[in-house]
Amino acid sequence: MMGFLSLLARNRLALAGLVVMVLVVLLALVTPLLPLADPDVTNTGDRFLPPFSEGALLGTDHLGRDLLSRLMWGTRLSLAVGFAAAVIAAVLGAAVGIVAGYYGGRTDNLIMRGVDMLMAFPYILLALAIVAALGPGLLNALIAVAAVNIPFFARNIRGITVGIAHKEFVDAAKLAGMGNGRIILTEILPNVIPVIVIAMSTTVGWMILETAGLSFLGLGSQPPQADLGSMLGEARSALITNPHTSVVPGVMILVIVMAINLLGDGVRDALDPRLRSGALTRPMASTTVRREGPVPEAQGDAVLDLRDLQTQFHVKDRVYRAVGGVSLGVKPGECLGIIGESGSGKSVTALSVMGLVASPPGVITGGAVHYKGQDLVGAPYETLRDLRGREVSYIFQDPLATLHPLYKVGDQLVEAIRVHHRVPDKEARQKALGLLKDVRIPNAESRMDSYPHEMSGGMRQRVGIAMSLANDPEVIIADEPTTALDVTVQAQILSLLDTLRREKRLAIVFITHDFGVVAQLCDRVAVMYAGRIVEEGPTQAVLDAPAHPYTARLIACVPELGEGKRQLHAIPGLPPAVNDLPPGCAFAPRCDKAEPACKRGEIALEGTARRRVRCIHPETELEAAQ
Amino acid sequence: MTTALRLENLSKTFAVGKRLFGAPKGHVHAVHPVSLEVAEGETMGIVGESGCGKSTLARMLVGLLEPTDGTIEIAGKPLDNADPAVFGKRIQYVFQDPISSLNPRKTIRQIVEAPLKLLHGMDKAQRDDRIREIFAQVNLREEFLDRYPHEFSGGQAQRIGIARALAAEARILILDEPVSALDVSVQAQVLNLLADLKKRLGLTYLFISHDLAVVEAVSDRVAVLYFGSVVEVGRAEDVFARPRHPYTRLLAESAPVVGRALTAPEGRETELPDPLNPPKGCAFRARCPNAGARCAEEEPMLEGDGHLAACFHPVR
Repeated sequence: MMGFLSLLARNRLALAGLVVMVLVVLLALVTPLLPLADPDVTNTGDRFLPPFSEGALLGTDHLGRDLLSRLMWGTRLSLAVGFAAAVIAAVLGAAVGIVAGYYGGRTDNLIMRGVDMLMAFPYILLALAIVAALGPGLLNALIAVAAVNIPFFARNIRGITVGIAHKEFVDAAKLAGMGNGRIILTEILPNVIPVIVIAMSTTVGWMILETAGLSFLGLGSQPPQADLGSMLGEARSALITNPHTSVVPGVMILVIVMAINLLGDGVRDALDPRLRSGALTRPMASTTVRREGPVPEAQGDAVLDLRDLQTQFHVKDRVYRAVGGVSLGVKPGECLGIIGESGSGKSVTALSVMGLVASPPGVITGGAVHYKGQDLVGAPYETLRDLRGREVSYIFQDPLATLHPLYKVGDQLVEAIRVHHRVPDKEARQKALGLLKDVRIPNAESRMDSYPHEMSGGMRQRVGIAMSLANDPEVIIADEPTTALDVTVQAQILSLLDTLRREKRLAIVFITHDFGVVAQLCDRVAVMYAGRIVEEGPTQAVLDAPAHPYTARLIACVPELGEGKRQLHAIPGLPPAVNDLPPGCAFAPRCDKAEPACKRGEIALEGTARRRVRCIHPETELEAAQ
Repeated sequence: MTTALRLENLSKTFAVGKRLFGAPKGHVHAVHPVSLEVAEGETMGIVGESGCGKSTLARMLVGLLEPTDGTIEIAGKPLDNADPAVFGKRIQYVFQDPISSLNPRKTIRQIVEAPLKLLHGMDKAQRDDRIREIFAQVNLREEFLDRYPHEFSGGQAQRIGIARALAAEARILILDEPVSALDVSVQAQVLNLLADLKKRLGLTYLFISHDLAVVEAVSDRVAVLYFGSVVEVGRAEDVFARPRHPYTRLLAESAPVVGRALTAPEGRETELPDPLNPPKGCAFRARCPNAGARCAEEEPMLEGDGHLAACFHPVR
């Protein structure tokens, strides 16, 4: 709750709305206690007194009634009716929406077609029809306003419910013996309440306006009872001669609706989980660089050379050291594997190369990325943009998420080519077709006109690879490109990547968590743990004789086909959180060889250029292993 | 050896393109008639790629989906009405995604308590005792009980999911890819916990996975699913060491293994058949190196003694 309020308060306009609303509601609540004139007593002798007159601060209306008193009582009534209508519409609409969304099928179809019919009428017409049928009166106006707003809630809540009803925890609840009623009340409802609150906060304003509208037309509150709408309606005839009688309720309506809407937007922003996680703050075009200390020089003949790269995430007052000083290099025609578990920093390392880490909260705080001698960290956005896709390209894990669902794959390939090369459309299409053939897509001509959803996962990933090849890059960074695929498809994609790399002398950085994949594809491998490389070397050497205890035990964890039924080796404990790394070796708390020395100072990545390990008690001596 | 679970000709057909009135546009046979027997105390592995119907099969087994045809028998007693609450006491489900199988707005205590309260009608004191016992079994600390799911890592959440399944006191657990969302080091922890629980409590497992190595490490027997049908079933060591169905061999050869050179195990078009328009005869024949004329005409049946395969030209 406090978190919600502080989030809300960060939005200045919402805070202003909240303050105004609290004031208005307080005034409406204390109205009966205030020494006000009777709002309904007419005194035609004092009609149309101007504001600031004796005994009538805001003047009087056409019957000589005190405007201030009528305004206060009228506001009270309008607010009450507006809120009541919102609550009724929300409760009924949510009930209808949850039932339709949860049961689905025919129930859903019938309910939602009924709701659609209700929505097909212009809402003010529908409200008028309802009032006409029920007769004028405030209560009937309330019913009408609530009724016309039910569809809005029903549709909104139904959409959310459909998503939740198919979640696994609902299945689990069924298996725990819950009936449908109980599931709706205890599993679904708590998860849709935030949405109901959001929908309500953004519609209360409308409802107040709509009630005022009906009262303005004389269908709501009946004389002499005042609400904001009827006050406006009665003042209409004197609009030119005595404008203050219309201005007073008009300003009040403006203030209330503005305040509610600002507050409602704030409530939505603070409650909506997607917005709360920062989706509204658009990431910058390239990662922020705040580099302290010297820029390391490039070493060796690698085409892409990372030196002591450090990337952090700054969230509020916490600092997550996702990448804590990574040095890597990859030569043309070479495939370098980066292996690690989730949270080890392997993907962030890859994204840092081209400044693709979302900023905020990501910041590159140190090190360098040398590409053909040029330092990419801190390079101007234009340079990065020119290199992205043309010199260094990426293949991501989920091709369904990286391909645009609304464009044909051929057009997307053409776009990727024409971003970097000013070639005629026809030529680009020829090239795109060639690319699809390069990645062995059957019937490439007809596949050019397919949409991503029409292809299988393996075919989509082939398109993803074709796109990364579109501009003949020197380096491809593949971030778990086969994790989402079936094994038979994975085998094809891996062999395709291997062939392409040999044909085109590509340097590939291959990120994975699978030792089998690394063993088959990569020349060298770097093992990452808690944001740092703990071991690096030729794949065969590392897999045959792992030197770091983490590598050794991780390999032992992986079941391999052909070993039969058995007890597996597990590593106890969990990887450390990168905002709270222990001093010394990050693996020490889980390592059975750990000694006090491991938990003290920094441990360097030591060894030869070919084979290095960050451990003071390695499993094998590196010299002996070579 | 008693039979814990017996399926006879269990099948599921989904209507596609449903309309408010009138017949649907087509039908998809997600699961073709499947017959399987799982002995008490056995771990039956079910292997298959995405779209092979393994999740549909699993959901039918716990009553979350009503079978189109066929029967399910648990410990000799048939279960014919698809009511998860009836199924729940005898057979339970552990979900693939540990986090999304826990309601984010409930505490762990509320989640684990539900089956105790609703399936077994225990009072508060009994429930607390039982939860303590179960939490000790799955190596979770009791202080977790008053926290919410988002505070847990994947491995811990999966243990909570297992605790919930144990709370129902079912003798059979369906494990639907229980470790595929977990990191390898945590995966081994969960697999070992499952093996330990099975030994101590005498449970029967149906272990569904796409990862052959994992299935081999935990299973006594294995069934291989392709396009909604069981194409091979037998003892785990036989199926993986000497596969008889060409698809099983393809699966085994595709799994990346340290020390084996990289080769694409098949050169042909590798798409699954269109489920709306299934091919005549064997569904695998378009990808099969051994396919012959008979494969295009007849649908092969499961044949063999102990180690069965549905193939006219089995691998030798």
